Amino acid sequence: MAVVSIAPYDFPPKDSVDKFPAPLLYVGWEDHKMFCAPLCVPMPPTTVFGDFVKGALPDMYGAHPDFAKIAWDKVEWFNSGKPFTPDLRKTMAENGMGHKSVIRFRTPGLTGLAGSCF
Amino acid sequence: MTQVPNVFIALQRNEETRPIVDAILADNPGALHDEQPAMVKINVPGRLVVRRSTIEQEIGREFDLQELHVNLITLTGHIDESDDEFVLSWVH
Amino acid sequence: MDMKVNKKLGLKDRYNRMTRDLNWTPSYQSLKDIYPYLEYEGIKIHDWDKFEDPFRMTMDAYWKYQGEKERKLYAILDAFAQNNGHLGVTDARYINTLKLFLTGVSPLEYMSHKGFAILGRQFQGAGPRVACQMQSLDEIRHAQTQIHAMSNYNKYYNGFQDWQHMHHRVWYLSVPKSFFEDAVTSGPFEYILSISFAFEYVLTNLLFVPFISGAAYNGDMGAMAFGFSAQSDESRHMTLGLEVIKFVLEQDPDNLPIVQKWIDKWFWRGYRVLTLVAMMMDYMLPKRVMSWKEAWEIYAEENGGALFRDLARYGVKVPLGWEQACKEKDHLSHMAWNVFYNYGAAAPFHTWAPSEEDMKWLSAKYPDSFDKYYRPLWEHYAKEQKEGRRFYNKTLPMLCQTCQIPMFFTEPDDHTKIAYRESDWRGNKFHFCSDGCKHIFDNEPEKFAQSWLPVHQIYQGNCFPEDVDPSKPDFDPLMEVLRYYKMEFGRDNLDYADSQDKKNFEAWRAQATTN
Repeated sequence: MAVVSIAPYDFPPKDSVDKFPAPLLYVGWEDHKMFCAPLCVPMPPTTVFGDFVKGALPDMYGAHPDFAKIAWDKVEWFNSGKPFTPDLRKTMAENGMGHKSVIRFRTPGLTGLAGSCF
Repeated sequence: MTQVPNVFIALQRNEETRPIVDAILADNPGALHDEQPAMVKINVPGRLVVRRSTIEQEIGREFDLQELHVNLITLTGHIDESDDEFVLSWVH
Repeated sequence: MDMKVNKKLGLKDRYNRMTRDLNWTPSYQSLKDIYPYLEYEGIKIHDWDKFEDPFRMTMDAYWKYQGEKERKLYAILDAFAQNNGHLGVTDARYINTLKLFLTGVSPLEYMSHKGFAILGRQFQGAGPRVACQMQSLDEIRHAQTQIHAMSNYNKYYNGFQDWQHMHHRVWYLSVPKSFFEDAVTSGPFEYILSISFAFEYVLTNLLFVPFISGAAYNGDMGAMAFGFSAQSDESRHMTLGLEVIKFVLEQDPDNLPIVQKWIDKWFWRGYRVLTLVAMMMDYMLPKRVMSWKEAWEIYAEENGGALFRDLARYGVKVPLGWEQACKEKDHLSHMAWNVFYNYGAAAPFHTWAPSEEDMKWLSAKYPDSFDKYYRPLWEHYAKEQKEGRRFYNKTLPMLCQTCQIPMFFTEPDDHTKIAYRESDWRGNKFHFCSDGCKHIFDNEPEKFAQSWLPVHQIYQGNCFPEDVDPSKPDFDPLMEVLRYYKMEFGRDNLDYADSQDKKNFEAWRAQATTN
């Protein structure tokens, strides 16, 4: 036990997956800090990745003028910072998404408002 | 030559502190008098002394150095407190 | 005839006789049983009498001068209230800084009162016990005087009404709350080092000077009077912090690595909490005092620099994260205000985009960053708002596991890139905004795996009012969370431009100045 305490201090993490309606997913759009931070959503493991892209992302990011300009075939994806190519026909779980996975997408050529990365 | 860093004391700016500020400036050559809204800050390189006898000369009555607490805002440096002097310093 | 001269005791002697000399060595209970928390942190104290009381204030002097401060302060608060002093502030945007203060800082004063009461009992040395007992009284005084000062605003403006309730629930308030809870659940030595030294010595001027000077510059005599009155207590607190660190380091060389670890942790935690102050200074004060960048340069780089040069003789190093904090000074406030602009629907105070005049000031104070990185954002928001599409982010943010702030912080050497850090512990992922927060977790994962993260708690369904009914056709989970916060939608939140506060302030001011 790394923490120093007067008695054993050992409890299950407050945010283990069993406590949520679905595993949490964090998603960030690189170079678009108008959305001040990556977003957090419960994401059922059976959700098809392509449905997430077509269905959820517009709600989350559609307010930005760059969103309509995204060339989806050129988008770069990262999982915990490492490049990865999601299979849009497979589910979140099949694409390796788990509880508290963090993914980012980068849209080359689109760098926010006046190129400020916002 | 390395410059000795400043110590400072900041007091509320009012009629009670005016003679205290004058006393501190008189007793600390090299002091910088920095007036800000509602506050006065005195910076001195290395060591600042608040001397009861000088304050008493300015204020025209007996003064207990602990009265400083009523109008004190903030300060830096190591403190050495006695009945006659209140000293702030970085110097050992 | 001989005159009998009664010599008065000097200050040091008077002080000792009325404090440590009233202490005794227990004869039928062991010291270890009376003071059970002094060894488990690994700190070694060999001689408690070596603690040099920084301010030699006896209880009679304490009551006398505190009493005088209280009489002065309450007279000012009365006058301020009687004179409708609130109408003398620059404009009602300023009042939102007080909402931030009452919900974010005042509850910390109360927690601090409890924390120092514990130390006033648990420290073996009489000197530190007396100092901690006085501080405990000071802190409850601060809580009370802040509540009094701001109660006047509660009569006229929205968002002050349930500050304690909000402190324990609202998403961004978990930042200061968890900071203090982390301190209060640590041992006595870590507590006093984190609060007295790291927070009240190293970082205090960055909290109080902006708020108090902000009050002075914006015509708020009530808050200003409270602020100065509290600061005089703070001087005693600061010197306690400095004295404690000297004392602990001089007692045993084995204490140094423990103390250094705490300095690193608490500088970083305190710096992250000060994010709220940075944005307050640069974006919320209609009449600004100075920029966050300037305040950082004076109070951290200059003063803090001098302090750490002085402590170097003990082997103490500048806190880990110091350099990153210095690198962030051009960017912190702008990005932080964007968080509250994004989530303005969920905060019980108003937000707004800076005006052209505001931006002129920001441009001048931040010549290297504002126009390139931040002006386009605010201009875009202003344009959208004018066209009826004021931007509100409708999805909950990712939070840092340690500081609990939305993950808006950037890489130290590239402020266009959000920083992502991660740890795996017992099969679970944990995420952080920075190396600093990751290190804190990695050193005490059992503790920080228990963080009550508001976004996660909302998703777990723990943030609904008791009478919530998910079966209702118009059930909106986020609206129910706001009801749980005791926030009134459309009144306490959203943009300043459409607020009741603005409308009322302008109407009342007109009443006070025209016929």
